Amino acid sequence: MNKEIKEVRSTCIPIRIDNCNTDLIIPARYLSTTTRDPQFFGDAFMHDLRFDGEGQPVQDFVMNRMPFSEAPREGVNQIIVAGQNWGSGSSREHAAWAIAGYGVRVVISSSFADIHRNNLLNCFVLPVVVSEAFQQELFASIAADAKTQVVVDLEKQTVENTATGHREQFPINSYKKYCLLHGYDDIDFLLENKDKIISFEEQRSDK
Amino acid sequence: MGKTLFDKIWDAHVVQNVADGPTQLYIDRLYMHEVTSPQAFDTLREKGVSVLRPQQIVAMPDHNTPSDQQECIPDAVGRKQVETLKRNCEEFGIRHFDMFSRDNGIIHVVGPEKALSLPGMTIVCGDSHTSTHGAVGAIAMGIGTSEVAQVLASQCILQQKPRTMRINIEGTLPQGTTAKDVALYIMAQMTTSGATGYAVEYAGSVVRSMSMEGRLTLSNLSIEMGSRAGLIAPDEVTFEYLRGREYAPEGDAWDRAEEQWRQLRSDDDAVFDKEVSFRGEDIAPRITYGTNPGAGIAVDGQIPTLEEVSGEQRPQLLSQLDYMQFRPGQRLQGTPVDYVFLGACTNGRIEDFRAFASIVRGRRKAANVVAWLVPGSWQVRRQIVAEGIDKILAEAGFELRLPSCSACLAMNADKVPAGKLCLSTSNRNFVGRQGPGARTILASPLTVAASAVTGVITDPREML
Repeated sequence: MNKEIKEVRSTCIPIRIDNCNTDLIIPARYLSTTTRDPQFFGDAFMHDLRFDGEGQPVQDFVMNRMPFSEAPREGVNQIIVAGQNWGSGSSREHAAWAIAGYGVRVVISSSFADIHRNNLLNCFVLPVVVSEAFQQELFASIAADAKTQVVVDLEKQTVENTATGHREQFPINSYKKYCLLHGYDDIDFLLENKDKIISFEEQRSDK
Repeated sequence: MGKTLFDKIWDAHVVQNVADGPTQLYIDRLYMHEVTSPQAFDTLREKGVSVLRPQQIVAMPDHNTPSDQQECIPDAVGRKQVETLKRNCEEFGIRHFDMFSRDNGIIHVVGPEKALSLPGMTIVCGDSHTSTHGAVGAIAMGIGTSEVAQVLASQCILQQKPRTMRINIEGTLPQGTTAKDVALYIMAQMTTSGATGYAVEYAGSVVRSMSMEGRLTLSNLSIEMGSRAGLIAPDEVTFEYLRGREYAPEGDAWDRAEEQWRQLRSDDDAVFDKEVSFRGEDIAPRITYGTNPGAGIAVDGQIPTLEEVSGEQRPQLLSQLDYMQFRPGQRLQGTPVDYVFLGACTNGRIEDFRAFASIVRGRRKAANVVAWLVPGSWQVRRQIVAEGIDKILAEAGFELRLPSCSACLAMNADKVPAGKLCLSTSNRNFVGRQGPGARTILASPLTVAASAVTGVITDPREML
């Protein structure tokens, strides 16, 4: 898995669905697996909106229309622009695995559900919170020109719609920013802080 | 300034606050099920680390479990997942309640009923309905699989402290209105993201007079308005419920614990980031009409008309109604129902089966309805039999199934066929949640029972 994120400069896939829950991002029947194969989860991403009951692509769904149907690669379709309250519902990290497995590095929305937002960060996908005005303008820019590029600079915490030149700051705490810039996992941090855990337990049992 | 209940528990579990970063929070109890754990165990193996505190962890399969037979899971992939959980628990020395064993059930039903979830605890599980356990007066939150691995390895997670919200529900509930209806009502007012970023405390006379089962239902649904945690201050109802249960402290240890638990309430001068209030008298039995749990109305109400919603909300309303095959302004009472589902971590407890039985006693299941009645645990099932509820159900033409998550999420054989309408006591009416193309209406056990008997969506107040 490609972990480090510094700058992502890419065209976007607009998924204009509000309250898109993690059941839609990946249906429960793909959760029975014990693997973490990125391809498996990438193929399941938004499955029931991308494909009909017979497994045929649903032509009017955005991910099946050019140029949004192109597989993500450097500079192409690496960013999703999503409706508000992206990733609500189930805590399944499989939803974040599906997004990462599909090849997406950044999700831009006006709001994210809490658990899913953490899951994205832990899977080295950057959730970028923007104002509703920025989000709506970006949807409009992409509708006018599907090749609209967005530049996300994690170091500076900025996101820019190159079609309009409008730029916003986005929030991320210093710790998580460090994790994403350096490909550093929470579990490594916690294992390095084991002495603090043990002393916390000892202090508690003394009470 | 005083502290909120949430702050008291949170502060007692802070290992450290990372500079301009999250809190390293100590976790008392990790629950695991088969779906969100296999990759976490793999992480441990990759990193070559062991489980730090296996005695604080409890695991059980529930999502893939069949509800119709006690043999094996027909789906090979699901079967492997359940077997993997068992093998992982054996390898790492974790307590495991095996499928079909007397201790098994849905985690969020089993935890409280065995007093494995206690007041003042921090509790996590790779499952968003972990909020359920907050009803005993605990911080209980759903987490992702990476975080499950973190807790396995370190008994800690890194979390941004949420803001606090108190939801006051004062007054009394009308007859026929249950905790489920209260939750569905609040959700409709708050929307499905209204509590995102907050930990919610439920308070007020309506909550105080709820049974433990009702409180568990209320906390369970916190996540459906975006809140990861829904707490209720422990009181006599809590203590009475927990005392004497399998893993509850005993004797002096109980007395000491109870004394500490009595401190677990928000101080009178505590300030919440947000407070909202509702009146119990305003809450009627509820049903949903759309594809998120906040899209709900009173059972005798009507779906909003296009004029009643703002312009930007119209496309969303229409797309939801298109999926549900309903119209703006339609009344749903009297609409034929194909399936009913009683169960899930929301309404799979003994009180829910008593409520269902109180309606169907002496009546008959409608011929057009397929009914799945699924206890939340083997303990609930034993109690159903001990109280003779199974006989009442059988006489009314209902079959009692085996404990499982069942038809809540289409991960086992209990799937609602495409296009069929299911009146369900579960927690999510998402597109495809109960099976591809399945149409779900959320309701209370009373409403589901009344509708199972008549075969159409029915106001339970007509049958009390």
